[in-house]
Amino acid sequence: MRHIISLLMENEAGALSRVAGLFSARGYNIESLTVAPTEDVTLSRMTIVTRGSNDVVEQITKQLNKLVDVVKVQDLTDGGHIERELMLVKVRAFGEYREEMKRMTDIFRGRVIDVTDKTYTIELTGDGQKLNAFLAALEPDAILETVRTGASGIGRGERVMKI
Amino acid sequence: MAETELSGAEILVRCLQAEGVKYVFGYPGGAVLNIYDEIHKQDAFKHILVRHEQAAVHAADAYSRATGRVGVALVTSGPGATNAVTGIATAYMDSIPMVVISGQVPTPAIGMDAFQEVDTVGITRPCVKHNFLVKDVHELAATIKKAFYIAATGRPGPVLVDIPKDVTQHLCAFDYPADIRMRSYNPTYKGHSGQIKRAVQMLLEAKRPMIYTGGGVILGNADRQVTELTRLLGYPVTSTLMGLGGYPAPDPLFLGMLGMHGTIEANMAMQHCDVLLAVGARFDDRVIGNPKHFAKEARRIIHIDVDPSSISKRVKVDVPIVGDVAQVLEEIARQIGTGTDRPDQSALKAWWAQIELWRSQDCLKYDRASEMIKPQFVIEKLYEVTGGDAYVTSDVGQHQMWAAQYYKFDKPRRWINSGGLGTMGFGLPAAMGVQLAFPDAMVACVTGEGSIQMNIQELSTCLQEKLPIKVILLNNRYLGMVRQWQEFFYEERYAESYIDALPDFVKLAEAYGHVGMTVEKPQDVEPALRDAFGKHKDRLVFLNFVTDPRENVYPMIPAGKGLSEMILL
Repeated sequence: MRHIISLLMENEAGALSRVAGLFSARGYNIESLTVAPTEDVTLSRMTIVTRGSNDVVEQITKQLNKLVDVVKVQDLTDGGHIERELMLVKVRAFGEYREEMKRMTDIFRGRVIDVTDKTYTIELTGDGQKLNAFLAALEPDAILETVRTGASGIGRGERVMKI
Repeated sequence: MAETELSGAEILVRCLQAEGVKYVFGYPGGAVLNIYDEIHKQDAFKHILVRHEQAAVHAADAYSRATGRVGVALVTSGPGATNAVTGIATAYMDSIPMVVISGQVPTPAIGMDAFQEVDTVGITRPCVKHNFLVKDVHELAATIKKAFYIAATGRPGPVLVDIPKDVTQHLCAFDYPADIRMRSYNPTYKGHSGQIKRAVQMLLEAKRPMIYTGGGVILGNADRQVTELTRLLGYPVTSTLMGLGGYPAPDPLFLGMLGMHGTIEANMAMQHCDVLLAVGARFDDRVIGNPKHFAKEARRIIHIDVDPSSISKRVKVDVPIVGDVAQVLEEIARQIGTGTDRPDQSALKAWWAQIELWRSQDCLKYDRASEMIKPQFVIEKLYEVTGGDAYVTSDVGQHQMWAAQYYKFDKPRRWINSGGLGTMGFGLPAAMGVQLAFPDAMVACVTGEGSIQMNIQELSTCLQEKLPIKVILLNNRYLGMVRQWQEFFYEERYAESYIDALPDFVKLAEAYGHVGMTVEKPQDVEPALRDAFGKHKDRLVFLNFVTDPRENVYPMIPAGKGLSEMILL
């Protein structure tokens, strides 16, 4: 099953490699991993999307907690949560494509953020499925380049991860 | 420059003094010259010059295993650090508290492929509890404090501190923190009271109870608590390779070691118990074999461990208790002692009758009439001659298993071996660390002719430090455990397991300035041992016992099989 794990860790050199190294050493999957400093610059917040049985995911959270730099770990999938991912797509936008691209972007509530005679660059946020759906809706030939951030997640409502 | 400013090298030395370090095991080199210069100027701790960095780390590791204190090793950058890696991984697998200081090229040279540069922090990351690269002399003292704190607390482990050469030259005021707090690192010591209550109830309801103890009992200094609780309940107790000595082996409640080379009674009781109390153990592959086979019999499991990730890793447990094993056991014993419920004596009697039936198979029997020296016989005689009071280090292989099976450890921290990583070459440097910690103690290194040659150069260190270690070489001319597997599982194709062209070990010992003896007949075993521990008490004695090359370690559970699928003699 897919799990979204959030963690707060000391914003120190090498902290990311400790997490990445743990996943490869123990043979855990990483579907995506995002990391950036928080409002407290001494802390980084990381979101890891992984797949595994409940036992495996339990081990993953325990092993992450064991890392000395990790301050807090939460499996967001345990409760209500929201996830978003940002995607930038560069597409062909000339001739018959130009109108079509604009319309698809509007349908998916994306925005065109860069324009040339021949291309649009589209910004789209949402969960992974929505981004996949958008790409599937486009003519494959029209897609020039895609870049995705991987999911960021946060608990719903009063659920807060903080130290 | 303010008067109170010290160099990084001097700060490091002051930190080690403040930690009460007695020995630093190491080897000098370019990147650590400033540190060595400061060590030379002081005598609060002694530096032990080894002959290979791997040995420095094993010696520091064994010093820790024998004393419970944090061992310290010091190596230079590049090959110094890479040579140390096997030692660090060995300590990591067995959760040994240790601080390894490595030199690094100067900070401006990092990443430039400088002479003797490696990414030490990167290379060691998967085999340390934590590591640091100190880039600023102002962080040095606090980092060393953290290193000792992290190494010794929670589930212990090795911590590496990589110090670039320029940091050891830079100056700053020295202030060693009295204590340290880290928001990201807070081990749990106190067991959950509700879980402890459930454990007490479950233990008292047991019809076929079993207590299974591991290295955590030794590391957590819980031998007294294990012994008290076991005797209070009258339950059978077994131990892993790493837990030996946690419960006195000669006691009738002790069923011997369990696992791949465990006794019938320990393995069968483990398989057929209805309530299992696991203490500081981790159900690893050499202990329970195949987890699916283990799960065939229903049992309820209570698991006490300081490391939550050890719980429900290979085997799902019913009552997990995260905490200090000594504290939790003490609380369990207190609740049983003050309560009115008692174990079901008639069920317990029937269970013991079953266990005695298994025990009566005498699975550790061997041919005592043999004309050749049986390796088991040497260990039995070693036990007798030393009165069971020696520190025994070992390497890895058959000799290790025989030492574990036949030397009846009745005290913790006496059995010093590489259990998790299985590092050949561990035994001799380990014996150095133990002998330095306890200069008057009997220290025996039980080894094989394969293992001893992996760190044989340390015989030179032993002479320099006048360490009267007794090397008990069980020389069967084969990499015995490899040979055994080839005999059982590869139709006797002995690929590269025969060691031809062995050195003359007596001459070798003598060349290094020690006493060497070769023993070829069973009747000469005891006199040789008596000479070694008597007449030559103050010398290193290298005893080359020429043993039966075909002897195997029994019982044996083949890899991937279950606890009740033992091969017997």
